[in-house]
Amino acid sequence: MTAFANHTFVELRSNLRNRQLLFLTYAFPLAFYAMMGLVMTQINPMFTESMIPAMVIFAVMVGTLMGLPDPLVTARDAGIFRSFKIGGVPAANILGVPTLTTFVHVIVVTLIILATATPLFGAPAPANWGWFVVITLATILAHAGLGVLIGVVSTSSRTTLLWTQLIFLPSILLGGLMFPFSMLPAGAQTFARLFPATYAMDAYTGLAYGAETVFSPLASLALLVIGGVLALVLALLLFNWDRNNRTARLNPAFGLVAVLPYVVGVILL
Amino acid sequence: MNDPIIQVSNFSKHYGDFVAVDNVSFAVQRGEIFGLLGPNGAGKTSTLECLEGLRQPDAGTLRVAGVDPTREARKLRGKIGVQLQTSGLPETISAADAMKFFCAYQGIAPRYDLIERLGLGEKRNAAYADLSTGQKRRLALALAVAHEPEVLFLDEPTAGLDVASRVELHDLMRELQGRGATILLATHDMAEAEEMAGRVAILLQGKIAATGSPLEITATGDGLTKVSVHTERNSLEQVNGSFPGVQQRALKDEYVVYFSSDVGPTVSAVISYLEAQGDSLIDLRVERPSLEDRFLEITNAGQARRLRPDRPEQTASNGGQK
Repeated sequence: MTAFANHTFVELRSNLRNRQLLFLTYAFPLAFYAMMGLVMTQINPMFTESMIPAMVIFAVMVGTLMGLPDPLVTARDAGIFRSFKIGGVPAANILGVPTLTTFVHVIVVTLIILATATPLFGAPAPANWGWFVVITLATILAHAGLGVLIGVVSTSSRTTLLWTQLIFLPSILLGGLMFPFSMLPAGAQTFARLFPATYAMDAYTGLAYGAETVFSPLASLALLVIGGVLALVLALLLFNWDRNNRTARLNPAFGLVAVLPYVVGVILL
Repeated sequence: MNDPIIQVSNFSKHYGDFVAVDNVSFAVQRGEIFGLLGPNGAGKTSTLECLEGLRQPDAGTLRVAGVDPTREARKLRGKIGVQLQTSGLPETISAADAMKFFCAYQGIAPRYDLIERLGLGEKRNAAYADLSTGQKRRLALALAVAHEPEVLFLDEPTAGLDVASRVELHDLMRELQGRGATILLATHDMAEAEEMAGRVAILLQGKIAATGSPLEITATGDGLTKVSVHTERNSLEQVNGSFPGVQQRALKDEYVVYFSSDVGPTVSAVISYLEAQGDSLIDLRVERPSLEDRFLEITNAGQARRLRPDRPEQTASNGGQK
């Protein structure tokens, strides 16, 4: 077994012992999904049409934006990364393994939503399963990249929360998860296109459900992939082993470059 | 013993305006246990962390097992083992998983035997958060030595350990030394340094105040031997004059303590005096100055110099003083 595979296995086992992480990754998004299925489908029947992608995006955001950054900050502050460094663990693995295990957890939640949304709430299944899988992976990648980047540049758990909410709340409210993007005022639409959730919703709508979209779903998918990869690369460049030994090669403000693909989306799409 | 495995030359480390280590040089020979002593803030941890590749020096050159820790950190990893003063592991990882984890990165089979040997057998599946401070330190040590490194860095290794664990740690250190490992030991514990280290360096305000074997270091002090005497009728307490060789006299509990530059005549004069007085001896102890005594002497001199900056340097000498 390679060190990376062993690291992933140990991380998964540790995750299963971590009640806080299990709550955040599984209990919270699934409880929210159940509540939305019971309440929102009654208030707004149109929500049923987009329920599966909306709830998958919600689960992805909770698992990545809320689940990834804080453990990174805590681990750095507790000297865990120092132990890893002297133990020969590369920085890429320190960031890559939690990203990978988050993929695993979020995919499990996605499977639960997929298996139950149609029989329980009458939500339509995707028309194209292949695109659904690809878009889900791209959505996780985009948000996990941002989650890791927030964990790397944040100086404390409080800062982590601030950055997370700066992405999480507008994504929920304006990203097309609760009501269609086309219903938003023009100014809000422009603002909403700064967030990957908007592009994820657009890609699901156009490619996985074959419905009409506001902008190009393929371009949306491309932006998610580019945004995710860029955020992970930036996180690696900005990574610091030790809170008291700041020898990062770049200024943390450089992390804002991660928004660039979505700014391009605002301009071009 | 002329093959330095650790070479520190004109090494300095600053944090902003604060000078943690100032132009320090020393060498550690292969197979040696070398003690780095000093009060808090003397620069021990900064020195260790630069040698371990965790921090960058501001000046000077460092070599560890033929590797430059500042430029060849990855190459260094397989050659050194490190028990940090402050470090941690994920709270939910078990001792066995931690061993498997780090051994995988070193490309070796997990050394579960070390978990047993360091008294963690019953805790091998317990979460790291559930281990006591001493157990965490023992686990850190087991992880540090698992790949049998050429050089082992130990930063306050016995802090928080009980007596049995401390003995086990010292046995392990001797065993590793017997197999050719070099150990750089940073400690506050003078008894530990005196017992384990072949040579020590005393760091004070970022400079080396003294280097040498514990015997050499104690010999460079005032050289006074402590003679403690306890008698039945405490007749020595009333003696106004002094005995041959005695430089200082003090009372401690029921003992009269003499600091003597010539211990033989002092002891025989004391015994003759007691016989003449009809007093009888309950206890007589002759102790050479310990490393701790000498350490306190050096650090107190350093403090005095800091309070009186116009006074010329007496003991500090970068590069070491034998």
